[in-house]
Amino acid sequence: MANYYKSTPELAYHLHHPLMERICALRERDYRDKEEYDYAPLDFEDAMDSYERVLEIVGELCGEIIAPNAEGVDHDGPSLAEGRVTYAPGTQQNLDATRQAGLMGMAMPRRYGGLNFPIVPYMMAADMVSSADAGFENLWGLQDCAETLYEFGTPEQHERYIPRVCAGETMSMDLTEPDAGSDLQSVMLRATWSEERGCWLLNGVKRFITNGDADIHLVLARSEEGTRDGRGLSMFIYDKRNGGVNVRRIENKMGIKGSPTCELVYKDAPAELCGSRRLGLIKYVMALMNGARLGIAAQSVGLSQRAYDEAVAYARDRRQFGKPIEQFPAVYDMLATIKAKLDASRTLLYETSRYVDIYKALDDIARERTLTPEERAEQKRYSKLADSLTPLAKGMGSEYANQNTYDCIQIHGGSGFMKEYACERIYRDARITSIYEGTTQLQTVAAIRYVTNGFYLEQIRAYEAEQVTDEWLPLKATLAEMSAKYEAAVAKVVESQNQELLDFCARRLVEMATVTIMGHLLVRDANAAPALFARSAKVYVRYAAAEVAKHVAYINNVCADDLADHRATQE
Amino acid sequence: MQKLRIIVLAKQVPDTRNVGKDAMTPEGTVNRAALPAIFNPEDLNALEQALRLKERFPGSTVHVLTMGPGRAAEVIREALYRGADGGYLLSDRAFAGADTLATSYALATAIKKIGDFDIILGGRQAIDGDTAQVGPQVAQKLGVAQITYAEEIIDVTESRITVRRHIDGGVEVVEGPLPVVITVNGSAAPCRPANAKLVQKYKRAKGRQERTEGEPYAHLYDERPYLNITEWGVADVDGDTAQCGLSGSPTKVKQVENIVFQAKESKTITDSDADIEGLICELLAAHTIG
Repeated sequence: MANYYKSTPELAYHLHHPLMERICALRERDYRDKEEYDYAPLDFEDAMDSYERVLEIVGELCGEIIAPNAEGVDHDGPSLAEGRVTYAPGTQQNLDATRQAGLMGMAMPRRYGGLNFPIVPYMMAADMVSSADAGFENLWGLQDCAETLYEFGTPEQHERYIPRVCAGETMSMDLTEPDAGSDLQSVMLRATWSEERGCWLLNGVKRFITNGDADIHLVLARSEEGTRDGRGLSMFIYDKRNGGVNVRRIENKMGIKGSPTCELVYKDAPAELCGSRRLGLIKYVMALMNGARLGIAAQSVGLSQRAYDEAVAYARDRRQFGKPIEQFPAVYDMLATIKAKLDASRTLLYETSRYVDIYKALDDIARERTLTPEERAEQKRYSKLADSLTPLAKGMGSEYANQNTYDCIQIHGGSGFMKEYACERIYRDARITSIYEGTTQLQTVAAIRYVTNGFYLEQIRAYEAEQVTDEWLPLKATLAEMSAKYEAAVAKVVESQNQELLDFCARRLVEMATVTIMGHLLVRDANAAPALFARSAKVYVRYAAAEVAKHVAYINNVCADDLADHRATQE
Repeated sequence: MQKLRIIVLAKQVPDTRNVGKDAMTPEGTVNRAALPAIFNPEDLNALEQALRLKERFPGSTVHVLTMGPGRAAEVIREALYRGADGGYLLSDRAFAGADTLATSYALATAIKKIGDFDIILGGRQAIDGDTAQVGPQVAQKLGVAQITYAEEIIDVTESRITVRRHIDGGVEVVEGPLPVVITVNGSAAPCRPANAKLVQKYKRAKGRQERTEGEPYAHLYDERPYLNITEWGVADVDGDTAQCGLSGSPTKVKQVENIVFQAKESKTITDSDADIEGLICELLAAHTIG
């Protein structure tokens, strides 16, 4: 029986991080649910045991159902008739199985029928599902929207909607419009209050909506007539049972073809407000996006894992010049680099997830009682860490997924270009990860403030202070040189006091911080579990040092006057 | 709507589908230590049919009955994870070494002990013995009707059941009286996955033999009775020891031969059209393909 959890021991390693004890205690409120729910954990060990068992179910589902269906789903795709979407048969089978396995509403509280899992094991499930079929992760992962509903909806809305999600109804987040992509402030979908019907009515068009025919939608719409910016937008809940939204078309995409990407037409669609008016974009969508970005980081890691698995299997099997091609330096270099980037993006994913777990659990406790000053400080600290690392995990992780799937095809040679092997699908599926939920360029925009205000450097210093055995000191020394170069490069750009130059160099600076942080995390992992991570730590730090040197060389070679050579020209 | 009392017969078997090179001992018997123990695949198909009936007829109950050593309680846990209400493990040295006759005797005796039932479901056959005899023998011993090779239970009324069964070259729909014994074919719907909540609820369910001194969470077995898997010996089911296990088994294995398939003759086929056509015709004639 193929089981993605058992065949990926790195997951169990990341699950058993020391911070989990604190995360579980917060999440479980010192294990109070055990009196009321027969499936609630009794204590920390019991909680961890339950996470592992449930991840084994996910792993089996991935290996036995979702992965075998992936090729058919990619081929069949969803179909549209009379404004309604029908999933590919394989997608429907995947959904039925995940529902039966009780894997919807994984992170929702038990009182609504959820599993109350922390973000860490939830992301591990997303990691595996993406490895099995990245397109299916989009449908399954949209249960994230319930988190936003939970954070900003009323208790009465929680009662009505969240149990439905936990029982397996699907969700969508309707944000993008033809003229509002990266720039969501331009959203024009109109929300007007109807005295007659006693509800809001939505009118307009949304585009590129993943799972647009979902049961429950979160919709960003303009509720304040006459406004033009983000402060006139509110968030609404639309329930498909009420009617009023039709799917006009399903996009024909390059990858993640099983996930229906829809154009939606709203005609007097009844909706209810979620949270307060005017906070739709500036508060709720920002929160929603942060969760979604972590999800894409997990999707990227899953794709990298699959790229590695496919590449290794082929390179071991394929013989040329009398031996398996994995024995040629040109090939094993690619394999080792794929694995190193995979392990690097995964370690950052779970580091970030742990930070998200702590601050979100404290946020939730704050809904029940006032936090102590110590708890407030803890919440603030982890919230900042999570906000600063999320764009790096998403940005770099998705770039690595693209690079890894590209190299995976390269290792397959001509065969990789044919439809017979899974690598071409994985390559196409990966392409979107660095685009949606904020492009890599937008992740840079979110991250650059932590470059300029020194927060990343502060965090790197904290990682530098972590103790390792002597074996890992040389790598630590290399990482220290990298952070010195990063610090100098940041200083050079900031001292220029030229915003355009800073924007121009931003991605390079952010990448320098990212690879240094990833290097530290991998050394930590190698120190704790050498059998799993020693090779990747060495390969990655070698690679990352070269990346930093490359960026430094570029930044040292460019000044504000040079930008004219790069600017778009007007014909 | 009626409430059905359903019993699923299940067996823990060595996973003969994933056989490694050490799967057989030099003496030609199955090396059980080298093969993981699994839920017999067609018994999972049977469990799925039972769970579907439970959904269709709310208030129905599904109990699993298995015979085996203490560790066979795993089969019952697996069923609990998927939605069964409870289970019974028949475990006694006196049951050991049973052939199909002694097995069906033991199972029928346990079923009488469980009491009234409407439907007994089991897989067509187990992958270790491949006899397909136990289900029919149980029906015979209980004196109830049997339907074999079932693929789907189409309908159940107050006293009748309609079943689609797999036959050579097609399917047939049959109707029979309740109570009934049904054996389910591997072509029936696959079993649903284990459920996350149920796994967390039942993960510590154990039979008597699996319990150990000083085990963690021992207090739970008093607080949560559903964690105690019922275990019965011969005496518990008022069985006749002479009809159980080795002494109740007229089947004696005389000899086991380890067969290694090997090509006896070889033929060279070139890539000429004539040779390839000849090969295809030959394969078609032998029903190897087509």
